[in-house]
Amino acid sequence: MPEMPALAFLRDSAAVRSAGRFLAVSAVALAVFAAVLLAAGKDPLSAYAQTFRHTLASAYGFSELLVRMTPLLLAAVAVALPSRLGLINVGGEGQLYMGAFAASAGTFLFPDAPAWLLLPIVVLMGFAGGALWAAIPGALRAAKLVNETVSTLLLNYISPLIVGYFVFGPWRAAENSAYPQSHVYPEAAMLPAFFGTRVHAGLLIALAALVVYWFVLDQTRWGLDMRAIGGNPEAAQRLGIAVPAWIVAALAIGGGFAGLAGMGEAMGIAGRLRQSLSPGYGFTGFLIAWLAGGRPLGILFMSFLFAIITSAGDTLQISQGLPYAVVNILLATILFVVLASRGGPWRPR
Amino acid sequence: MADGRSRVAVEMRGVSKRYGQVQANDAIDLRLRGGEVHALLGENGAGKSTLSKILYGFVRPDAGEILLDGHPATLRSPRDARAHGIGMVFQTFMLVPALSVLENIELFLADLPAVPSHEAVARRIVEHGKRFGLSIDPSVPVRQLPVGDQQKVEILKLLLANARVLIFDEPTRVLAPHELDAFFRVIGALKAEGYAILFITHKLRDVMRCADRITVMRRGRIVGSLMARDASPEGLVAMMFGEHGAQQSTARAAGAPGAGAPVLELRRASSRATGSEVALRDLDVAVGAGEIVGVAGVSGSGQKELGDLVLGMRPLAAGTKRFCGQDASGWSIARIREEGLAFIPEEALAMAAVPGMSVRENLSLGTGSRYHLGVSLDWPRLGATMEGSFKAFEFPVPPLEAPIATLSGGNVQRAVIAREMAHDPKLVLAFYPTRGLDVRSAASVRELLRRARDRGAGVLLISEDLEELEEMADRLLVLFAGAVAGEFRRGAWRAEEVGLLMTGATEPAHA
Repeated sequence: MPEMPALAFLRDSAAVRSAGRFLAVSAVALAVFAAVLLAAGKDPLSAYAQTFRHTLASAYGFSELLVRMTPLLLAAVAVALPSRLGLINVGGEGQLYMGAFAASAGTFLFPDAPAWLLLPIVVLMGFAGGALWAAIPGALRAAKLVNETVSTLLLNYISPLIVGYFVFGPWRAAENSAYPQSHVYPEAAMLPAFFGTRVHAGLLIALAALVVYWFVLDQTRWGLDMRAIGGNPEAAQRLGIAVPAWIVAALAIGGGFAGLAGMGEAMGIAGRLRQSLSPGYGFTGFLIAWLAGGRPLGILFMSFLFAIITSAGDTLQISQGLPYAVVNILLATILFVVLASRGGPWRPR
Repeated sequence: MADGRSRVAVEMRGVSKRYGQVQANDAIDLRLRGGEVHALLGENGAGKSTLSKILYGFVRPDAGEILLDGHPATLRSPRDARAHGIGMVFQTFMLVPALSVLENIELFLADLPAVPSHEAVARRIVEHGKRFGLSIDPSVPVRQLPVGDQQKVEILKLLLANARVLIFDEPTRVLAPHELDAFFRVIGALKAEGYAILFITHKLRDVMRCADRITVMRRGRIVGSLMARDASPEGLVAMMFGEHGAQQSTARAAGAPGAGAPVLELRRASSRATGSEVALRDLDVAVGAGEIVGVAGVSGSGQKELGDLVLGMRPLAAGTKRFCGQDASGWSIARIREEGLAFIPEEALAMAAVPGMSVRENLSLGTGSRYHLGVSLDWPRLGATMEGSFKAFEFPVPPLEAPIATLSGGNVQRAVIAREMAHDPKLVLAFYPTRGLDVRSAASVRELLRRARDRGAGVLLISEDLEELEEMADRLLVLFAGAVAGEFRRGAWRAEEVGLLMTGATEPAHA
C-alpha cells in the first residue's frame, strides 16, 4: 500500500492504530455478515438496527451486555497472562468449570456460613479450582513432558464430565428429577447484584483481574521475569530466572481467573451448578485475548464487542427467526478478518 | 583490458541507501570482474551487508545504478538477480535439513521440468563437485552433513543455476579451522574458471589469503580500493578504523600475577549427554583469582556443555563444583550469578538478552535481588550503576528506553557486557566472546577480560581461536570429546602439540 504522508502521524500512535484496526475489522465483518443475512432472506439493516436497540440503546440491554462481558473478561485474562510467557492456554473452558465446581463444593461444605465468610470462601475456592486444574498442564510443560496447548485442550473434555458426575449424582437436586442440576446455593453464597439487574459483583472481580494483569505484567519485577521468558526463554534461563516455576505459576494464575469466571456464572447468575454452565465462554475468551494481542485495553474492548455479538444472537433468534448459531458465522468472520489483516497470531508488540 | 577473463561482470555506480538516520551506503562504486576475487572488508555496520543485499536484489537502492555486462539492470528481487546470474551464499544456509542434497539443489533450480530427471541433476552435481573440489554425495540428507559440506551444497546450488557472479557473506565464520584449506581451494578453482567473486568479511586473514582486489568500507563509504599485492595488514586496519587505527592488541606485561585462591573448582565433574550434546567426563578445572584460563578444542568437543555446567544450566552427574570455596554443585543459576558469576556469551541477543524488551529492562535481567524495591525495581539506582559500568568501559550509553533489538549487534554485546560486569564479578565465564565481532570490538572485549583479571577476577575463556587463546590465557586446557586432553602453563605450549590434542590424535577419536 502506498504510504500516505498526511496520515503518517496516525500510524505512529499505537492507540490510534489499534482503534483504527478495531473499527476496520468490525466494519468488514459486519459487511460480510450482512451478505449472510441477505442470503437468509433478511434485511441486514433492520436486523442491525434491532440489535442496536436491544443492546446498546436500552438500559436493560446494556446491563445484559455487562453480564455477558464478565466471564469473557476473566476468560480472556486467563489466556492473555500465560501468553506473555509464550504459553498457549486453550483450557479456559475446562478451568471455568473447575472453578464453578470448587466454589460449589465450598458452599455445600459450609452451607450455614454467613455471607461475610462464605463469599470469600467461594471466591477463593473458585480461583483455586481453576488454578489447580491449569497447574497440571503447567507442571507437565515445565517438566518438558507435554506441550501445554495439547494438555489444556484435552482437559476441557474432562472437567464438564466431573461436574456432570456430581450434578447427576451426589449433588443432584431432588425437586426436579427431569433436569440434572445441583441444589440451590445458600443465599449467603450468591454474589450481590446491582441496580436490580443481573449485573453482579463478578464484574468488579473481572475488572480487578484485568488491572492486576496489567499491573503485575507491566509494572512489577515479576512481570519482568515473565516477559523475559516470553521474549527469550533461553536467555531468561541463563540469566537465572526460574523458568519452570514461572510456567506453572502463570498457567495456574491464568486458570484461577478462568475459575473465577465459572464461580461468577454459578454464584452470580445460575444459583446452582449445571452441566450447561457455560456456552463456551472459555473458548471465546481465547479469541478475545488473541484478537486483543494481550493488551489490557484491547481485552476490555473486545470483551464488550463479543458481548454485543452474542447478545445479537438472541435478538436475531427472537426478532428475525434465525437460529442462534448464525452469530458463529459472525464470530468466525471477525476471526478470519483479523487473522488476514495481521498475518499471524500474537505478533510481538 | 582485452582479456575476457577480467571483463567487468558487475559495475555498481553511485549506489546509495539510507535507513532512517543511518546512511548505510553512500555513493558506492564497485566493479566485479570475472576470474577475480574481490574482498569487501569493513567492521560490523560498515555497510557491507546492505551493499550485498542491493546486489542480490533484496534491497532497492535509493540512488545509483547497476550494470551487468555493461547493460543497466534493475534488480527488484533475488529472483531477478538469479536470472542475471548473480548468486549469494548467506551466513545462515538456506537448506531444508530433511531433504537430500539432490532435492535441495533441485528446489533451487528454476528451470527444471515438473518431473525432473534426477539422474541428470545428480550427474551434474558430481561433475561440478569434481571440477571445483565440492565433491558430495547427492543422496545424503542435508541434516547429516557437517557445516562445511552444507556450504558446499550452497555453492553447488549457485553453480548449477548458472550463476557467474558469486557473493559470499562471511563464508569462513561457520567453518572449523581444518575446513578452511578446502574452502580456499574451492575459491581458487572458481576463480580459475572465470567466476566473479565478491567476498565479504571482516577477517584480514581471509582477505590476505584469497583476495585479488580489496575494497574497504567504513560508515557506509568506500575508503579505499587496492590490489591485494599492494596491501598490508597494517594499512588495511588503518583504513577500516580511520586515523585512530585499531587498538593493537597490547601483549600483556610479562610475569603473570600468580593465581590467587581458586574461584572455580571442578573436581572429577561429569555430566550426561542428551540429544546431540557431548557428555563431560571427569573434568578437573580450576580457575584462580586473577587468572585467565583458556579452553581450546575443535567445535563440539564439550565447550558449550562445560560452560553450561559452570553456569548451572546442566546438572552434575558426578563430581563436585566449588565456587569461592563453597560447594556450588547444586546451586541454581540465580544463586551462582548472585554470588558473582558473569556470563559473556557468543551471541548476546540470542543468549543473554530479550529482543522485545527495552535496553533498561534488559539491563535489569539477571541482577538478582540487588535492585529489588517493593514489588518493582529501583530503576534510578539500576540506571546509575549501569551507566557507570558503560562509562568504565568507555562504551557509549545507549538510549535506555529503546527496544534492545534496535541496537546494532555490537551495541547489544556492549550492553550485555556492561550489565554482566557491573557488580565486580568474581568469575567471568566468557563463551566465544569475540566470535562474529570485528577486529576492534574483539580487541576491546579481550582488553576488558584482561582488566577483569587484573582486578582479581577469574576468567574462564572458551574459544576456538587459538591465536586469541595464545594472547590471553595464563593457562590453557584442551578439550577433546568431553574430557581434558591436555593442560599447559602460559608459554609452555606449542601450536602443533595443542592442535594434535584438539583433534584427538593422541587418543582414539570416537566422538
